[in-house]
Amino acid sequence: MHEGNIQSSETEPVSSSLWRDAWIKLSKNRLALFGLFILLTLILVSLLTPIIAPYGYEEQNLALGATAPSSTHLLGTDIFGRDMLTRIMYGGRVSLMVGFVATSVALVIGITWGAIAGFFGGRLDAIMMRIVDALYALPFMIFIILLMVVFGRNIYLLFLAIGAVEWLTMARIVRSQVMSIRNQEFIEAAYSIGLSRWLIIKKHIIPNTIGPVIVYTTLTIPSVMLLEAFLSFLGLGIQPPQSSWGLLINYGVETMEEYPWLLIFPGIALSLTLFALNFLGDGLRDALDPRASKD
Amino acid sequence: MTILDVKNLSISFYTRNGTVKAVKNVSFNLSKGETLAIVGESGSGKSVTCYSLLDLLPKPPAKIESGNAYFEGSDLLNCDKDAMRMHRCDDIAIIFQDPMTSLNPFLTIGEQIIEPLIKNPNPDKKLARKDAKLQALSLLREVGIKNADERYHSYPHEFSGGMRQRVMIAMALITEPKLLICDEPTTALDVTIQAQILRLIKKLQKNRDVAVIFISHDLGVVAGIADKVMVMCDGEIKEQDSTNEVFYKTKDDYTKRLLAAIPDGAKRLPNRSTKNILVEVKELKTYFKNHTKKRTDANYFTRAVDDVSLKVFEGEILGLVGESGSGKSTLGRSILRLAPIYDGSITYGGEDIKNLTKTNLLPYRKKMQMIFQDPYASLNPRMTVYETLSEPLLYHKVASKNNIDSLIYQLMDDVGLARGSIFKYPHEFSGGQRQRIAIGRAVATRPEFIIADEPVSALDVTIQAQILDLILNLVEKHNLTMLFISHDLSVVRYISDRVVVMNAGKIIEQGITEQIWENPAKPYTQDLLSAIPFPDPIKERKRATWL
Repeated sequence: MHEGNIQSSETEPVSSSLWRDAWIKLSKNRLALFGLFILLTLILVSLLTPIIAPYGYEEQNLALGATAPSSTHLLGTDIFGRDMLTRIMYGGRVSLMVGFVATSVALVIGITWGAIAGFFGGRLDAIMMRIVDALYALPFMIFIILLMVVFGRNIYLLFLAIGAVEWLTMARIVRSQVMSIRNQEFIEAAYSIGLSRWLIIKKHIIPNTIGPVIVYTTLTIPSVMLLEAFLSFLGLGIQPPQSSWGLLINYGVETMEEYPWLLIFPGIALSLTLFALNFLGDGLRDALDPRASKD
Repeated sequence: MTILDVKNLSISFYTRNGTVKAVKNVSFNLSKGETLAIVGESGSGKSVTCYSLLDLLPKPPAKIESGNAYFEGSDLLNCDKDAMRMHRCDDIAIIFQDPMTSLNPFLTIGEQIIEPLIKNPNPDKKLARKDAKLQALSLLREVGIKNADERYHSYPHEFSGGMRQRVMIAMALITEPKLLICDEPTTALDVTIQAQILRLIKKLQKNRDVAVIFISHDLGVVAGIADKVMVMCDGEIKEQDSTNEVFYKTKDDYTKRLLAAIPDGAKRLPNRSTKNILVEVKELKTYFKNHTKKRTDANYFTRAVDDVSLKVFEGEILGLVGESGSGKSTLGRSILRLAPIYDGSITYGGEDIKNLTKTNLLPYRKKMQMIFQDPYASLNPRMTVYETLSEPLLYHKVASKNNIDSLIYQLMDDVGLARGSIFKYPHEFSGGQRQRIAIGRAVATRPEFIIADEPVSALDVTIQAQILDLILNLVEKHNLTMLFISHDLSVVRYISDRVVVMNAGKIIEQGITEQIWENPAKPYTQDLLSAIPFPDPIKERKRATWL
C-alpha cells in the first residue's frame, strides 16, 4: 500500500504545510465545524440585517408595550414595543463587530509587541514590558473616558479603545511563549542556515506560539463583548436606540421578573456565540498542533 | 536469602491509540546485598518494571495485568496504600535519573532528607527532628558532601549535578532500606562524576548489605558493579544471567548487538586529512555578560571560551572533547558565528569570517553547517520533513521550485529516510529518524564543513551506532570536514582523526587521537580517560579496586 503512495507522490508531491494540514484536520472535527457554521450564520445574519430584519430597530409601538413572543413578534417586544428579534439582530451587528475588531486590534498589537520583546530580549524587552506594566496600572476606564472626551463618542474609537486595553495580556502571553521557543535548538538551526530574523520570527517562532494565542483569543472575544456592554451601560459606548447584546442583557436583567424574554433571548444569542467560539477555538488549536492526535 | 521475587509480571498501558504491552511476563529475583542490572534501550520496559514495585506508575493508563512481586514475603503488587507507604518509607528506596529535577527546589536538602524519618507512618520508627538531623548529617558526610553542617541548609540549586545526585543517594539511604532502585543514576552526569557516583553506590552497598537494582541503557556502566544482568527489549527479558556469563558468553542476539554497538578502539575511516587549513581559530574568546553583575566585577563576563586557538585541516574529523560546561559547544557555535565573540579571529579557507556582516556571511552559511544534539528540539515541530529540508535549499537557491522535489527525495535517500514520510511531522518519527532529518538539513546545501554537536548523545546505543555510520558515510561521500563535539570519549575515538580536549573554556591538550589515548600528557586528560567505563566486567572490577 505504501508503494502506491510513494509512486504517486514521487511524480507530483502534494504540497503540504501547517495551514493546509490544519484545514484538513479541522474539517474532520465536527464540533469545530459546527462552531464555524454557527459563527458564519451569525455573521451572515448580521450583514443582512438591514434587509431581512422584520422591523426597524427604532420602530416603537408604545401602545403595544412589552409582549411575550407571538406570531407577529417572534421573540416578543420590549417595553417600548420594539421588536426583540430586530433588536437582537441589530445588536448582534455591534457585538460581533466589537468582538472581532477589538480582538483583532488586541491580537495584532499584542503579538507584534510580545514577539519583538520576547525575541530580542535584554534591554528592549525590559523597556517594552515596563510600558505594558505601566498601561496595566493605568485605570482603563479613565483611559477610555479620556479618549471619548478628546475624540468624541464614536463606535470605531470604542473598538480601538477596547483593543488597546486587551492587547496587554496578549503581549505577555506571546512574550513568554517566544522566550521559551527562541532558545530551542531549531531556532539556532535556522540561524545557522542564515535565515533573517524576520523570517525566523515569521516561520519558526510565531507558528509555535499559536496554541495559547488561540485559546486566549476565544476567551477575549466574549470578554470584549461584555466590556462593550459595561461601557455602553455607563454611557461611554453606543447609545440607545442603537443596541448591542450586552446592552440588551443589561436592560433585560432590570425587568427579568416581569418580562423574562427580554433577558433570555439576547442571553441565548450571546451564549451561542461563545459556545461556537470555544468549539472553533479548541478545534483550531488542535488542528494547528501536528502533535495532537489525528482523529 | 531472597529479598525480592518478581514472578510473571505483565504491565500494559491503555492509551487512546491502543494498548501497549510495556512489560511482558517478566520474572527475576534478588538476594540480600546483590546487585541486579536491568539493561535496555528506551521503551524496553526496564523503568516501568521497577516503578511498578513501588506503585509509582500512573494508573490509568498503566495496568498491572498479572504477576506478583514478593518483597520479604509480602506482595508489593497487591497491597493496600498504607502497607505500600510503609514499604516506601522503610524498605525500598529509589534514585532517579535526573538530579536536576528530582529534588524539590523550594526545600533545603536537609528538610528533604529527613522527611521520611520525621513523617514515618510507623510510630516506633518516627524520629524527632533533632535526631533525624544528626542521622542526616552523618549520612551526608558519608556520601561525600563537604561541610555537611552548612550544606544541610542549602537549596538544591546551590549544588552541582554530581553533588545533587549524592544528596539524592543520601535521601534514599536515610531510612536504611533493604532494596535500592537506581534508575539511570549516572546518565545525566559527566564521565568523571559518573565514575565517582558509581564508586559511591558500590561502597555504600557493601557497607550496608543492601540489594540494588541498577537500571541502565549502558552495558559499560553496569559491567563493574552488577552481580547479575538482565537485558530487556520491548518488555521482554532477552537474557538473564550472571554478569560474566552475559558479557563473555553472550547467548542472545539482541545482547550481542548491544555489545557490538558500543564503539571500541578501532577507527572506521582512514585518515583523509590534508595539509590545507580549512578553519583556523586564533585566540578566540567568547564571553557572556552577566547582567546581574557590575561592569567592573571580575565575574561580569562568563568566559565560556577563553583564548582558544585551533586548526581544522581539510578532510579531517576533529574531535572536540570536554565535560559539560567546558565550553566545547560554545566554541562550535562561535565558529559558526552563532555566539557573541568577544575577541580573537576565525578564518575559513584563509578568509576572515569573524567580522563579516550578516549578508556577507551568507555564502559561508551555505558552506558551514551544524548538526545539533537533541533531535527533539532541533526540528520545528510544526514543519514537515519537506518544509524542513526545503528551507535551506530554497533559501540558498541551491534548488528552484522545479527541481526541489527530486533534490529532497535524493536527500532523504542519502540519510536513510523512507520517501513516503516526506509530509510527516517530526513527532511522528523516532529519535534516530529525527536525527536523520536534522542531518539531512545540515548536508542539504552540500556544505564543506560540518560541526556536529553531540549528535548521538541523546540516542540509544544501537541507534547511536547507526547514526555514527551514517555520518561517516556522508563524510566520505561528500568529502566533508567535520568538527565532532562530544562528551563521550569512546565515540570520539571511534570517529575522529585528531582530538582536542577542553576544560573550563581552555584547550588542555590536542593531538592525534590514538596518541592521546595511549599517552595522555595532561592529568585532566588522564582522569577523563580513566573514567570511561568498559563493557568488560573483569577489567572493570579490577579497576574499581585500585580507583
